[in-house]
Amino acid sequence: MKKLINSPDTVVTDALRGLAAAHPSLEVDVENRVISLAGGPRQGKVGLVSGGGSGHEPLHGGYVGYGMLDAAAPGEVYTSPVPDQILLATQRADAGAGVLHIVKNYTGDVLNFRMAAELAEDEDIRVVSVVTNDDAAVEDSTYTAGRRGVGGTVFVEKIAGAAAEGGADLDAVAAVATRVNERTRSFAIALHAGTVPAAGKPGFALEENEVELGVGIHGEPGRERGSMAPMNELIAYALDVIHADLPVSGNLLVMLNGQGATPLIELYGAFAEATAWIEGHGATVARSLVGNYITSLDQSGFSVTLTQLDDELLRLWDAPVSTPALRWGR
Amino acid sequence: MGFDTETAVAWIDTAATVVKADEARLTALDAAIGDGDHGANLVRGLTAAVAGIAEKEPSTPGEVLVVAGRGIVAKTGGASGPLYGSALRRAGKALGDTTDADAVQLGAALEAMLTAIVELGSAAEGDKTMVDALGPAVRAFNDLAADGASLPAAALAAADAAEAGLAATIPLQARKGRASYLGPRSVGHEDPGAASTALLLRALAEVTA
Repeated sequence: MKKLINSPDTVVTDALRGLAAAHPSLEVDVENRVISLAGGPRQGKVGLVSGGGSGHEPLHGGYVGYGMLDAAAPGEVYTSPVPDQILLATQRADAGAGVLHIVKNYTGDVLNFRMAAELAEDEDIRVVSVVTNDDAAVEDSTYTAGRRGVGGTVFVEKIAGAAAEGGADLDAVAAVATRVNERTRSFAIALHAGTVPAAGKPGFALEENEVELGVGIHGEPGRERGSMAPMNELIAYALDVIHADLPVSGNLLVMLNGQGATPLIELYGAFAEATAWIEGHGATVARSLVGNYITSLDQSGFSVTLTQLDDELLRLWDAPVSTPALRWGR
Repeated sequence: MGFDTETAVAWIDTAATVVKADEARLTALDAAIGDGDHGANLVRGLTAAVAGIAEKEPSTPGEVLVVAGRGIVAKTGGASGPLYGSALRRAGKALGDTTDADAVQLGAALEAMLTAIVELGSAAEGDKTMVDALGPAVRAFNDLAADGASLPAAALAAADAAEAGLAATIPLQARKGRASYLGPRSVGHEDPGAASTALLLRALAEVTA
């Protein structure tokens, strides 16, 4: 394993120290592992908190800022944060109007956030949770906790954050978050596995001519192993899966996301192909993101996320945002 | 004598002692079908629960369980921390302000414990989880309590039912928790969560006897 780290034990702490040094707009509590807005939230605004395992940067700490999250709780690499940590993030995000927890659908995250919500209620902070589950790859089954929460989480955080910034109350913010999640689907394909620093070796093995179709953000298995193919065929595979699950139509918000080790030149090529595919199916790319927004360490490959926009969601997407990783209009 | 503050403290102390004594067995069970940290995690959590009680000096049995649950949440980690922590907190809240719970009141608290775990873990009996020990135990306790049995008799029946429930997890295939990732390979092992639950209920029977 060759990584730009001091030691696997300090990866998360070192990254938090760097985040603090790079972004004075953030208050980074390295010891307790909570990232929040310097100066705290605006009084009377609904607070937004998210969190989850580290290794998906810029998710979630890079989305703390005006118009998005008020606090984030990063766990160890690919490991859920603990309840006390989430409780602290919730307290820092609370400005008297309640707090929305945005939770990706993984057993550990859901458990720890639910527990934190119970503890917050004891402190008289009202918490509503929205669990994202936009991954179209793996269907509900007895053996999984439902669909996984992936790229759609970025859209939920941005759009719900704009609703909160605009003065919506907790139930209204939660309703918007839920609506975005319901109208969003994602699909990912991996070319090479990533390496968890503490594990020291790649999480799974792909032959030179293989890809993992429907891979998860922790390198979890998808639908099947496929053969490596030209980019246009991989994009078409991903979009066909999404289209079969939630037919594409109307104005779409599209994210062509890199998993951490895919060059931007390839992502832009893939986005051109995705745009052509979407227009060929009679829909419109109304807004888009191309780049690394929800990563899986040094896994290579891409994910594509589509949200069916309506007028309100489009307006909230366009609303000003100022975070380390998303910034416009302000 | 019912379930008073002193008994509640004794329950958590005894639970910490028996789980510590069985740490290696719990860890081995978890290593077979999970990630091998259940024993160490729960020892850490219960140690924090005991320390929390010593520090806060709660004055009712309900408070004892809430404080113990809080300690477990803070220190256990994994899935069992939130599950056991929430279960004890809910049981404590169900006891309210009573200073000496009778069998029916304690039965209601155990029911709250079960509800917390079922809700938080989205697990049902037969999924090969702690619910397979706790579900039968709570039923056995409340059946006897409803018939007017003494608290010690109900607690003894609950401990026996939990151990029977634990044994019944061996042939099951896990449908929740980390063991579920193994699919059919989880068959043939006791569930570590059900094993620790059985220890907690045996501890309850001991301190109420």
